[in-house]
Amino acid sequence: MDWANLTQQLINGLSLGAIYALIALGYTMVYGVLRFINFAHGDVFMIGAFAGLYVHRWLKPFFQWMPEFFSAFLVLLLSMCICAALGILIEKLAYKPLRQRSRLTVLITAIGVSLLLSYGAQLLFGAAPKGFPQLIKNETHNLPGAVSITTEQIVVLVVTFLLLVSLRFIVQKTRMGLAMRALSNNPTAASLMGVNTDAVISFTFGLGSALAASAGIFFAMLYQAIDPFMGILPGIKAFVAAVLGGVGNIAGAALGGFLIGLVETLVVGYSKNIGIPPGFRDAVAFVILILILMFKPAGILGKSEREKV
Amino acid sequence: MKRNILSRVDFGALPWGALVATLLCGLFFAGCKKKDSAGNPEEIVIGEFASLTGATASFGQSAHKGVRMAVDEANANGGVLGKKLRLVTEDDQSKAGEAATVVRRMISREKPVAIIGEVASSRSLEAAPICQQNKIPMISPASTNPKVTQTGDYIFRVCFIDPFQGAVLAKFMLQRGWKNAAILTDVKQDYAVGLTDFFKDYFTKNGGFIVSEQSYSSGDKDFKAQLTSIRSTNPEAILVAGYYNEAGLIASQARELDIKVPLLGGDGWDSPSLVEVAGDAMEGNFFSNHFSAEDKSPAVQDFLAKYKSKYLESPDAMSALAYDATMLLFDAMKRAGTTDSAALRDAIASTSGFPAVTGNITLDANRNASKSAVILQIQNGKFRFVETVAP
Repeated sequence: MDWANLTQQLINGLSLGAIYALIALGYTMVYGVLRFINFAHGDVFMIGAFAGLYVHRWLKPFFQWMPEFFSAFLVLLLSMCICAALGILIEKLAYKPLRQRSRLTVLITAIGVSLLLSYGAQLLFGAAPKGFPQLIKNETHNLPGAVSITTEQIVVLVVTFLLLVSLRFIVQKTRMGLAMRALSNNPTAASLMGVNTDAVISFTFGLGSALAASAGIFFAMLYQAIDPFMGILPGIKAFVAAVLGGVGNIAGAALGGFLIGLVETLVVGYSKNIGIPPGFRDAVAFVILILILMFKPAGILGKSEREKV
Repeated sequence: MKRNILSRVDFGALPWGALVATLLCGLFFAGCKKKDSAGNPEEIVIGEFASLTGATASFGQSAHKGVRMAVDEANANGGVLGKKLRLVTEDDQSKAGEAATVVRRMISREKPVAIIGEVASSRSLEAAPICQQNKIPMISPASTNPKVTQTGDYIFRVCFIDPFQGAVLAKFMLQRGWKNAAILTDVKQDYAVGLTDFFKDYFTKNGGFIVSEQSYSSGDKDFKAQLTSIRSTNPEAILVAGYYNEAGLIASQARELDIKVPLLGGDGWDSPSLVEVAGDAMEGNFFSNHFSAEDKSPAVQDFLAKYKSKYLESPDAMSALAYDATMLLFDAMKRAGTTDSAALRDAIASTSGFPAVTGNITLDANRNASKSAVILQIQNGKFRFVETVAP
């Protein structure tokens, strides 16, 4: 067993998993309050990366007077705000009018919104992949035992951890978090108790979309190139991650994201040893989805609930 | 209450619907190009399909500029066979499946006498059977996979093929003393798979060892897992068989993993985007190509000057090859004296010693051109000429 190799693969897998985890949170939170899967979420992730690109371009003249970490933080924050606004807008325009309709109607609308966003982005930004600027100076740090980690990977892991902690704080300790949990538990009872459901739903969409934007920026930072269709695969994999962790469960979504990232990287990294060609990397997530649905449909951390008749 | 919901539906759906409608109108008008009468006897229609958008947009854009320049030049000189030429270009969006669709549509709608395309072998392979079936000569500017022209006797190319290119790269590595090579192949592209096979064949027969073989698929963004595996086998050089987008990402991720050995690639690397994405990580790497803009021969310098004055940028190999393919077609038309498909096919097949920008073109019995290759190195973000390898 080559431990250096394995450690390196784990680092690679964790930084990929962090991105899936951030996207998966958006799926799971929306499912928690509205009981539907927002399939346009992967495209909000893509818009987040483009927002980062353009914010960086517009603010570049001001960046020379500020430290690098601050300017990178500013790009991240502004992109998150843009995507939060976009998420709220999507909810208001596309989903809110359909709230009384069947869930299938909303689901299909979500697919429509997803196509509109990706093809709209292609119209606006062009189909050719765009290079993403280096937000922070990327250096390779050598760790003992022939393992290396880049500055970007460290930043992605640390910021993801901070975002997860602050999300937990918002959901568990604030009034808005309490309202979210109440709505998720029983929407009718929550609104009878005076919870402003519209505001809570908007807030949930905004929060989820902001997290997707951060994932988009991290993805662009790690892999340098962004294009209008970059959201499709990570979006679907994050959806699998949400199901794996137990859809509707916030800790589960984060766990599922990291697991999918790790498994995917390990399968590609050890493809020769286990006999699965690396071309199957995208299939890995879906095989996991099938297995989960067969053996533990509620997911790892999800509670199985009986459908009310 | 009921009214409330209704009004909500109206106000919510209205701007949304308007947006969708606007976009649809845009798409509709974009799709509806101005259509000239296809059967105009005063003009000759030349078809072209290229990846103007999508993952390998740089290839399509360059090739299109080359073809356009050749057509404009011929028209300025009074056309061919006393008729004006009209170029019809279709975009296959770099997508598998799309090339067949656009070529079929182009043949039925515009009735071109010949078709120029594609750069990527996979997409040429898609369109070739359709051209063969309709007996329309197709000339690929830069598809190097041998299978392309094996489709049938109406399919030609003006570039070398991968058994040669693979050997060139293998020979170059062995000459530099890099005996342990790792390979990273794009398994979704016929070009990359073919190049890897031919490289491996020559390399291992001549004393080289393949220490690691990894693969990826076009469109992948994360290569760290494969590169980590490669790193543990300590190669002296890595062959990256694939196109420029992924090659750029692979180079920067390899450097992030502290892999310092040179990366080598084939002509699929030839695009300005290669260094745009990877930046410094690309420095010092090598790739084989069809021509170098640093070549001092009058043919190349003349082409360079014309191209720069028309497009205000330097040509790459794809534009030079596409220009050559189109010029060769016009030459064949003149020799055939007609645009009749069988006569034109025979005229193209008998091309011999045609003076082209990328070297003289003689088509062999398998409708391939036998030409020399150049090795280029990336230095300060520019592609510098290293050496020429004759067939």
